Amino acid sequence: MLEQTVTIVANDRDTDSYFRLVLRAPQIAPLIQPGQFAHVRILPLKDALLRRPFSIFQVAGDTFSILYKTVGKGTDVLSRMRAGEELSVIAPLGHGFTVPKAGEEIPLLVAGGYGMAAMFLLAQCSPQKGIVFVGGRRRVDILCEREFAALGWEVRVTTEDGSHGEKGLVTHPLIAELKRGATGKKLFACGPTPMLKAVGKIAEDFNLPAELSMDEHMCCGTGVCLTCVIPVKTGDGWEYQRTCTEGPVFDSREIVWEATK
Amino acid sequence: MNLSVKIGKLTMQNPVTVASGTFGYGAEYARLVDLNLLGAVTVKGIRLNPVPGNPTPRTAETTSGMLNAIGLQGPGVVGFIKKYWPFLKSLKVPTIINIWGTTVEEYAEVARRFDALGGVGALELNVSCPNIKEGGAQFGTDVKLLAQVVAACRKVTTLPLITKMSPNVPSIVPFAKAAEDAGSDALAVTNSFPAMAIDIHTRKPKLANITGGLTGPAIKPIAVKLVWEAAKAVKIPIIGMGGIQNADDAIEFLMAGATAVAVGTANFYEPQTPLQVIAGIRDFMEKKKIADVKEITGSMVIPKTEGRC
Repeated sequence: MLEQTVTIVANDRDTDSYFRLVLRAPQIAPLIQPGQFAHVRILPLKDALLRRPFSIFQVAGDTFSILYKTVGKGTDVLSRMRAGEELSVIAPLGHGFTVPKAGEEIPLLVAGGYGMAAMFLLAQCSPQKGIVFVGGRRRVDILCEREFAALGWEVRVTTEDGSHGEKGLVTHPLIAELKRGATGKKLFACGPTPMLKAVGKIAEDFNLPAELSMDEHMCCGTGVCLTCVIPVKTGDGWEYQRTCTEGPVFDSREIVWEATK
Repeated sequence: MNLSVKIGKLTMQNPVTVASGTFGYGAEYARLVDLNLLGAVTVKGIRLNPVPGNPTPRTAETTSGMLNAIGLQGPGVVGFIKKYWPFLKSLKVPTIINIWGTTVEEYAEVARRFDALGGVGALELNVSCPNIKEGGAQFGTDVKLLAQVVAACRKVTTLPLITKMSPNVPSIVPFAKAAEDAGSDALAVTNSFPAMAIDIHTRKPKLANITGGLTGPAIKPIAVKLVWEAAKAVKIPIIGMGGIQNADDAIEFLMAGATAVAVGTANFYEPQTPLQVIAGIRDFMEKKKIADVKEITGSMVIPKTEGRC
């Protein structure tokens, strides 16, 4: 983890309200592991003080990038920033995905919306290619489909309105695939909490391991404030653990869903 | 140039520490901040037994500040000593341990345990957390209970006692005096302000706890006034805190009467803030030709004006 002021190389619209932000960060870029995040202080934001956490999307040379959606005043201001402007970044943060080794389980990735961004490095680093299931509300919510395909992964798209791929939820083609044969598979997921919960349940039903990248409201991002906690099993019960430090990626069997809100 | 200050018998190499709950147990920020440059490390509140903390959401950003209702999640005395104390003990700077309980006896028991531990810099009595049902602010908003807590801890330890005052009282003066009279070596002024926020789209409170404590730059002017009022009322030193983001903010607290300051919420978005504050105080002293930081304490000048209303 390093704290640095970094320069924006590019900040371009992807589709609809999604943007791709490329940052020059020569010291941070080589440290990044799949599933980790960057905690970004959007310096022009004056009365909104806290940093915003973003999954790290791609790493290229001395840069890393973030794929984000404008969802509030922080990301609105960020989307208007231009190449050459600076951001303060603490990164890489968090405990990411376990990269599958050659000969191990076949990875099945499940992504909802911009959850896709958090899984690109995993797909890229994995010697074992698998299937990525990606879901969104509409066609514009399906991101970086071609980039995953270019890595040699099979991409199965679902949209809730049927405007692209199969109509329905991302879990439908996943279940269909597992019914055809679940042995030797492992699930990895990033997306909205209801989707993660559903993937956790599917993993349990098919008796498969699953790693879930949990999305919790975050404050310091570095483990001190105890904002982003989720209930995690312990020997004799559960305790709150930090999504920013013990997570964001957790083994689905460790999460105590009954105790989540 | 002398930046060192004394809080009771505790010597700090400079007047800057961190506010309890904003710096974990020190180790978390060790990779980003050279902790040995601080005046002291103040850790998150600890009671006798482990505390699970409140449900989420636990914090919410507000204009120039934030709300929190963490609920003092923590490992308890034994867990803290096992997991965090070896690292803190290895630092060159003192550790201030923030303690709390749900009864006067528990405060005293926690104080006794840390006294027995050896090597602790000071104890900060948290009698002002607004986010727990029992303990915390219940003691800080009742003069008699406050005096009992301080006296009970005083009886069991010779460690410097810093009483962390609640802002949620009609006047801080009787509370400050009560803490001093009961044997407190210093005051920490102030804790977060009870507050809340509502998401107008979902109509839900932004915190699971409904209410929380407001901190950050939004509260600074109120905190400065509380320090000024408390400083006039007592002889013991005050650690001023509330929304400090830079050296100018810190110097304001010193001028209002604080001997030292603590950086709180700013750590969450800029962990370098305490070090920037120390450097900025040094700069200010150089420029203003101030030899000892203690000269700044209480140095506010009130202009003598005729017919002031």
